[in-house]
Amino acid sequence: MADIVIVGAGPAGISAAETLCANGLRPVLIDEGARAGGQGYRRPADGLALDMNRLMGSEAGKYAALHRRFEALLPRIDYRPRTLVWAVDGSTLHLLRDGRTETLAFGKLLIASGAMDRIAPLPGWTLPGVFTLGGAQLALKDQGCLIGSRVAFLGSSPLLALAAKQYREMGAEIAVIADTTPLSAKLSALPELLRAPRTLARGLVYMAASLRAGTQMLHGVTPVAVEGQSRVEALLLRDQRGRERRFACDAVALGYGLKPETQLADLAGAQFVHDPDFRLFLPKIDGLGRAGPALYLAGDGVRIGGADAAEASGALAAHAILGDLGRPQDIAAIRQLARRIERLRAFQRGLARAFAWPKAQIAALPDSVTLCRCENVTAGEVRAVMSREFGPIEVNRVKAMTRCGMGRCQGRVCGPALQEIVAATAGCDGAAAGRLRGQAPVKPIALAAAGTAA
Amino acid sequence: MDASKAQFRRVAARTGRQVTLSFEGTSLHATTGDSVLAALLESGALIRRLEFGGEPRAGFCLMGACQDCWVWSAEGGRIRACTTEVVDGMVLFAEPKPTARLHG
Repeated sequence: MADIVIVGAGPAGISAAETLCANGLRPVLIDEGARAGGQGYRRPADGLALDMNRLMGSEAGKYAALHRRFEALLPRIDYRPRTLVWAVDGSTLHLLRDGRTETLAFGKLLIASGAMDRIAPLPGWTLPGVFTLGGAQLALKDQGCLIGSRVAFLGSSPLLALAAKQYREMGAEIAVIADTTPLSAKLSALPELLRAPRTLARGLVYMAASLRAGTQMLHGVTPVAVEGQSRVEALLLRDQRGRERRFACDAVALGYGLKPETQLADLAGAQFVHDPDFRLFLPKIDGLGRAGPALYLAGDGVRIGGADAAEASGALAAHAILGDLGRPQDIAAIRQLARRIERLRAFQRGLARAFAWPKAQIAALPDSVTLCRCENVTAGEVRAVMSREFGPIEVNRVKAMTRCGMGRCQGRVCGPALQEIVAATAGCDGAAAGRLRGQAPVKPIALAAAGTAA
Repeated sequence: MDASKAQFRRVAARTGRQVTLSFEGTSLHATTGDSVLAALLESGALIRRLEFGGEPRAGFCLMGACQDCWVWSAEGGRIRACTTEVVDGMVLFAEPKPTARLHG
């Protein structure tokens, strides 16, 4: 039995652990990764000659500070790296470590599970050489490798320009930075973006660096296809004026912003509500991150806000736990954290408009496009099932009949696009199409391993 | 996949113990700390073939979420290449071996 368990050792989880330790508690900190820091602040393995200061740029100080703080925490927490939480059942966690399962009962559970890239499919996106934008950054930070020598960055995200800058500095050729949102939408989101002027300025610096380096940066594109026989050879687009443009490349980094990893929150009993700005179902939380009687959610795993908001929301959720345990409340600290998170998340809401999820482009994808890369289901198969008499009009039924979203990734990759295809085919909005439910195990585990539980 | 050209390009050297692994019967060299995926894609190998139709795949999310980089060990177990570090003497395959499939 553990009084308090934190899942995820990124900025939110580390910051929560720090706040709890400062109040004399000793949380269990479980992380699937081998090294702390989460995806964004991931620490490279020993022996990699990588200049993290240069790679992290203006965030190098924060990156270094987070790892220093984590090192200082280590003797005061029960840290369990390389451990997957694959199910939550009441107040018991099911863990997998080194191929063996065990259970852990908890009093309070704080989930800081982070986020992954949100993906819109296009013809050819399953070819070797197409990776997520976050994956392209991880290949560099985690492995010291570029995903290709001449890379196209496609999607809609401020991180396209950031990743392209990192890649250019490490010696890659940048074929193009292609964003599906028109420049006019970016300008109209400026009032919200000015809520975080420093972050806005950083984003503009990345874009300016691309322009200075002579990289083509296109706004308002329509992706046509990734071309290639058995690997990426080119990216084909239509530009804002409708002209077809072909960019030779050997890799494509694809990303439309981030989406929270909410599967564990789902199993732990969180309620979900559709957010029309992000066009995602997000767990319901109160102002401090409470999602249930013993459940707390923080970081990008509950609301996309970036590393700074993740840190603040981790600390805030820890304050909520302290309050619920009857400890005295530091009201001033709580107010300050809440204000900071509110400001940073408002900025992200602005970003969600400036770098919009291309729902109309997804609805218009050709029938032949692979939607589900696990089970090889096309957009046309989903539409065909729905157009039958008494065909399903809700995502979980569509999943049951087509297997789209039923594969090994559990809809993490295809889910958002499936939602739009179902909504467009049924003629309803995103919320009415329903929400893909999470299922245990949240990641595939061997039956043999599950059988090792004591 | 054209074996003559690697997908990944190493831009930061890694120091550490050299290890040898085999993939589809071909011997590869890597360094302790490399992920299986990086070791394979740096050498020009593919990662796996899709169960439906056999099209080549080489991973996608690189963060343990999409499960599209599974390779198979000689014992029949599956390995998620992006989150598994290389171990000296690993024997890996792009598809499960027929004898192992029953136990997969």
